[in-house]
Amino acid sequence: MKKIIPFLLAAVLPASALLAQSAAPAPAAAPPEVEEDVVGSLDNDAKIAIPAFATNADVPTQTSAGSTSTLGFSVANVIFADLRNNGLFQPTGPSSLPRPALAQVQAPDYGSWQSRGVDMLVQGYVRAESSGNITVGCYLYDVALGQQRVKAGWTVAPGDWRRAAHKCADLVYSNLSGENPFFDSRVAYIAETGPKDRRMKRLAIMDSDGANHTFLTTGQTIALTPRYSPDYKSIMYLSYTNGQPRIYIIDPQTKAQRLLLSTNNPLFAPRWSPDGRWVLYSMATGGNTDIYKIPSAGGTPIKLTDAPGIDIGGSFSPDGSKIVFESDRSGSQQVYVMNADGTGQRRISFFGGRAATPEWSPRGDQIAFTHIVGNLRIAVMDPAGGSLRYLTDSWQDEAPTWAPNGRVVQFFRTAKTSGKTSLWQVDLTGRNERRLETPVDGSDPAWGPLRP
Amino acid sequence: MNKRLTLTMVIAAGLAVSACAKKAPQVLPPDPGPPSQTETTVSNAPVPGSQADFAAQMMGQDTIYFETDRFNIDATDQAALAAQAQWLMKYPTKRLTVEGHADERGTREYNLALGERRANAAKNYLVSLGVETGRITTVSYGKERPVALGSDEESWARNRRAVTVTID
Repeated sequence: MKKIIPFLLAAVLPASALLAQSAAPAPAAAPPEVEEDVVGSLDNDAKIAIPAFATNADVPTQTSAGSTSTLGFSVANVIFADLRNNGLFQPTGPSSLPRPALAQVQAPDYGSWQSRGVDMLVQGYVRAESSGNITVGCYLYDVALGQQRVKAGWTVAPGDWRRAAHKCADLVYSNLSGENPFFDSRVAYIAETGPKDRRMKRLAIMDSDGANHTFLTTGQTIALTPRYSPDYKSIMYLSYTNGQPRIYIIDPQTKAQRLLLSTNNPLFAPRWSPDGRWVLYSMATGGNTDIYKIPSAGGTPIKLTDAPGIDIGGSFSPDGSKIVFESDRSGSQQVYVMNADGTGQRRISFFGGRAATPEWSPRGDQIAFTHIVGNLRIAVMDPAGGSLRYLTDSWQDEAPTWAPNGRVVQFFRTAKTSGKTSLWQVDLTGRNERRLETPVDGSDPAWGPLRP
Repeated sequence: MNKRLTLTMVIAAGLAVSACAKKAPQVLPPDPGPPSQTETTVSNAPVPGSQADFAAQMMGQDTIYFETDRFNIDATDQAALAAQAQWLMKYPTKRLTVEGHADERGTREYNLALGERRANAAKNYLVSLGVETGRITTVSYGKERPVALGSDEESWARNRRAVTVTID
C-alpha cells in the first residue's frame, strides 16, 4: 500500500546549508545561533501549541491526506500526536487552535499566543512541488521570549509526508529536551490472531506511531522475533517455512527472502550489529544452544559461546565492542556480557529470579531485560549489572526493544488465560506507559534506528 | 502432531456420531438420503504401523512431561519412552519427529531452545534403547503451541512436554 520512493531530503537540520534553498518561504540561511540557545532540557510541563500548517496555495496532492490545506492540518496533527502519545510536554493540536496565515509562519503573532498561555509554538507550511513532492517547513518559537528557537525543512515523496511530520516532531523534541530524536523510525513485530493453541503469527511492519502498517508474511507458517537491519533494507526473523525454525532475511519492499544460513540445526534469535556488518544467531546442536556470529554479507560462522546449556540472544553495545546475552549455565537464565570476540564472559545479573532477553540501549548506558520472579517484568540495569529499575508491573511483559534514542522501550504483554498479546511502550521514568494500537494482537516488537 | 491427532480424533468422532446420533442437533441438516455402505467398510482399528496406530497403542505415552526449566528423563518418562521404543522396533523403517514444548511462563526465545533441549533428551533416550538415531528428527515449538489453554500450574505442567509423532 505504501510506495517507498527514494527519499528526497532537501535538508536535515538547520546546520545544513541545503535547507533554505528548497524551502521557499524560509529565510535564505539558517541562523546557527538558534541551536546554541538551548540551555539544558525544558520542563515537561511546557505548553506547546501546534496549529495547522499554512500553505502558499491550496492545491491537490498525491498524498493520502488530500490537498495542501488538509495536509497542513494532518502534518500538525501527527506532530501533536507524537508529543501527546509519548507524554512529552503539554501539547495542543490543530483541532483547537486558529490556523496562522502563511505570512505568520515566520512572524508569529506572539501576543495572541501569550494570551493563550502558550510557552512554545510550532508553526509550519506545506507546499506542493511541480514534481509531486511535498515540502514541509517547520519552525519552533519561544513565545515568552518572542524568539525563534529552531527551524528546518524537508522535501519528501507524497507517500512519505508523515515522515516530514515526524522529523518536525523530532526537531521540536530534540531542541526542547536535549535528547536525540526518535519519532522518524519504524517497528517490525509479530501480528497475532486466532485461538491460543493455534495462533497465527505473521511478520508485520509499521511506523513508530503505528501508521503505514504492512503485513510481510501470510501466516501459513509461524514467524517470530524480527529485527530490522540498521539501514532498514532487510529484516531478519525466525520462520518455520520448511517445518523447522530457521532464520530468514526478508526484503520488506519486495518480500523476497532467503535463508541466513543453510544447516540441519535449529537456529534462533537473529540480531544485527549496530553497523549492520555482523549477525548474531543462536544454534542448537544436540539440545545445546550456543551463540555464533557471521558477517552479514556471508562468510564463516564464529562460535562465541561454548558453555553447556542454553546461550541465546545477544545484543551489541552501541560501539560494537561488547555483547550482552543470556545463558542458563548457572542453572537458570541470567544475563552475561562478553567481548565481541567471545572472550571475557561474565555474569552481570544477580537480582534473584531469572533475567532474560537483554537489549543494550543505543546510548550505551542501560541494558533493558525481562526479569522473571513469578511474573515477567521489564527492567533496566546499568552495563555492570547495577541500578536495577523496574519499568513495568504486570502479569507477563517481555522482550524489550529500545527507541533509537534510548529513552523509551517497547515490549509485549501477554494476557493471563486468553494468551492475547499486545504491544506496549514505556519511557525510562516508568510513568508514561501506553498500549500501541495495532490492527490485530502483537508481540516481539523490534524498534529500528532513526531512518536514514 | 496436533494436526494429525486432531484429524484422527475428528475421523473417530465422525464415525461415532454417524453411528449413534442421539442428540438432536440445533439445526437439522438436510436429509442425507438412503444410508450408504461406508459404515460397514470403515473400521475403527487403525492400520498397524501407522501414526494412528502408534497414538492408539501409546495411550498417552507418546508424550512425556517435564518440570519447570528441566529436561531430565524421570522414571515415568522412561516407561513411556520404553513403550514408544518397543513399538518403533516393531516398525524399523518408521521415521519419527520428537516435538519439544515449553509452558507460557518463560521468554519466547529461551523457550524455543528449551523445547529443543527437551526433544533431544527424549531422542537421546530412545536412541539409548536401540532406536536408530537417523530415524529421529526433533523440532521445538517453544511456548507457541500449548495443548492446555489455562494459565495455571496444571495447564503449564501439561504443556512442558515432548511429543513423539511417527511419520506416515
